[in-house]
Amino acid sequence: MSDHNEEVDDNTPDNEPIPLMQRVLDNPFLLLFLGIAVPTVFYLIWGIIEITQIPIAD
Amino acid sequence: MSNNTEFRTCPTTGLKVDLAAEKLIKVNAVAAVVFLAIGGLFGLLVALTRWPEVHLLPADFFYLALTAHGLDVLLVWIIFFEMAVLYFASAVLLGSRLAAPKFAWAGFVLMLVGAVITNIVVLQGKSSVMFTSYVPLKAEPGFYLGIILFAVGALIGCFVFFATLVVARQERTYQGSIPLVTFGAMTAAIIAVFTIASGAIILIPTLLWSLGYVANIDPILYKTIWWAMGHSSQQINVAAHVSIWYAIAAMTFGAKPLSEKVSRMAFLMYILFLQIASAHHMLVEPGFSSEWKIFNTSYAMYLAVLGSMVHGMTVPGSIEAAQRSRGLNKGMFEWLRKAPWGNPAFAGMFMSLVFFGFIGGISGVVMGTEQINLIMHNTLYVPGHFHGTVVAGTTLAFMAITYYLVPLIFRRELMFMKLAKLQPYVFGIGVAGISVFMMGAGTLGVSRRHWDMQFADAVLPFDYPSAAFLMMGLNGMSAVLAAVGGIMFVVVVVGSVFFGRKLEKDEKPSYPEVPPQSAAVAQHGSAESLKIPGTTMLVAIFFIAFVLYYFVNWKYLSEIWPLS
Repeated sequence: MSDHNEEVDDNTPDNEPIPLMQRVLDNPFLLLFLGIAVPTVFYLIWGIIEITQIPIAD
Repeated sequence: MSNNTEFRTCPTTGLKVDLAAEKLIKVNAVAAVVFLAIGGLFGLLVALTRWPEVHLLPADFFYLALTAHGLDVLLVWIIFFEMAVLYFASAVLLGSRLAAPKFAWAGFVLMLVGAVITNIVVLQGKSSVMFTSYVPLKAEPGFYLGIILFAVGALIGCFVFFATLVVARQERTYQGSIPLVTFGAMTAAIIAVFTIASGAIILIPTLLWSLGYVANIDPILYKTIWWAMGHSSQQINVAAHVSIWYAIAAMTFGAKPLSEKVSRMAFLMYILFLQIASAHHMLVEPGFSSEWKIFNTSYAMYLAVLGSMVHGMTVPGSIEAAQRSRGLNKGMFEWLRKAPWGNPAFAGMFMSLVFFGFIGGISGVVMGTEQINLIMHNTLYVPGHFHGTVVAGTTLAFMAITYYLVPLIFRRELMFMKLAKLQPYVFGIGVAGISVFMMGAGTLGVSRRHWDMQFADAVLPFDYPSAAFLMMGLNGMSAVLAAVGGIMFVVVVVGSVFFGRKLEKDEKPSYPEVPPQSAAVAQHGSAESLKIPGTTMLVAIFFIAFVLYYFVNWKYLSEIWPLS
């Protein structure tokens, strides 16, 4: 929307590949997936596995 | 559908504003301020009860007030305001129409109904289970139902935000990458989705338990999953208020981030690792391994903390670079001395940045260290820490941006300008006092969540050192000061929104005066300058404070827990 952006895009050859990291950061749904998957695996699932391994008192 | 969308152009910033988005920003911001006022009042009652010389409320009403305070300020005020931030950062900054405004309204109504239900149920006095509502404490079903409705409404708001990103890209309202402020808001929305999903996983069965359809909820399982909501909801705040720091820096100075790539990577660290810090609350639970505790509470080996430190450097750094480019090059700190300290938006934002880093940030990392946590777990240190992050950090930043929202979005002249100029200082100093004195009391062992710090009715009495009583008195005085600052904010904002002079179409308000470069807020790009000696010095001071405080706590631990 800005002049600045247009300037950048005008100067960028069409065939120049977009860097991988920029493609990742420009993909909100991939980031949404990562932002849910990482804490779900490391905090929730791993944590619940540890809870299930607590021995039940006699 | 896009043909029916009405836009206006902001005469101050030149931004294209979808009128449907503007209305939603307004209603969410108004609802937020109403609940801030209610929650703040309950907070004052809590602080005056904890002040031993005052001890205002009876025990039952204290726990009711504490429950209402936690819910209204930690959840309702913050999330309503974040919805306003999401609609601003998507539709307004991208110059796009808001996707599905009807859904956004449905979300708002659900949030409002949920918040009202929960407040009514709490005020009825049978659900004083505090914000955490740990089982087996059982609240009335309406308590859980209200929170669930509120969360569903917020989830709808998040999806409207994501849909607006898609619409803006498809309709090519911007080119290249989204602006950094929008990226930060997206980070907040991503964390919000995880937060709300976790809340649903645990609160729906708890509602059924409260209704009698489920026999038992395991307390440790509840606590683990609940904190995925309870702590992560505060991480939404971090991402949102950091975005606001960048927005205010851009709108006030035309500042661009020092390196947009680095700032975006710092937000990525938030997306990946910020939520897992929920494990702080489980640090003394015997059922979890040290591996799980350390991995999670170190924000995956401190990568998310690194993100915060990057923002803590690049925000003032971007301001310094912008100020120096205008010739404020004298010495190390001319750029800071000659900053607009009478502009409440800038003053609030800069104090938010400093307090968040020095008070909330350092104490969070210290408290997240498994060993040191033992000397402060479940003491008043914990609310001291999160008043440093959520109130001195987030609330102060939200208040700061409100001073721009009123003239630019509500289209009203700001009233009581002298009061507005003082407000961030009164509120900021009050809240910083609350945080520091609570942490001091907590370090001396004063318990959190307890009506009577003296344990007067206890079978086995416990004597705190006199310094703990001093800390609680100072905390009470700071709370009064913060409440005065909060009232000043409500008077200025409510007065201006309802009675401020209405601006004509295309009329520029007298406040704020923004430079032409303020359009940077809606652009991507970097300042490409590393001539920031003043910021480097501030960062060095921060690191020294961080290291000293960290080792002071290890020393303290060694004194009370001798291992030789």
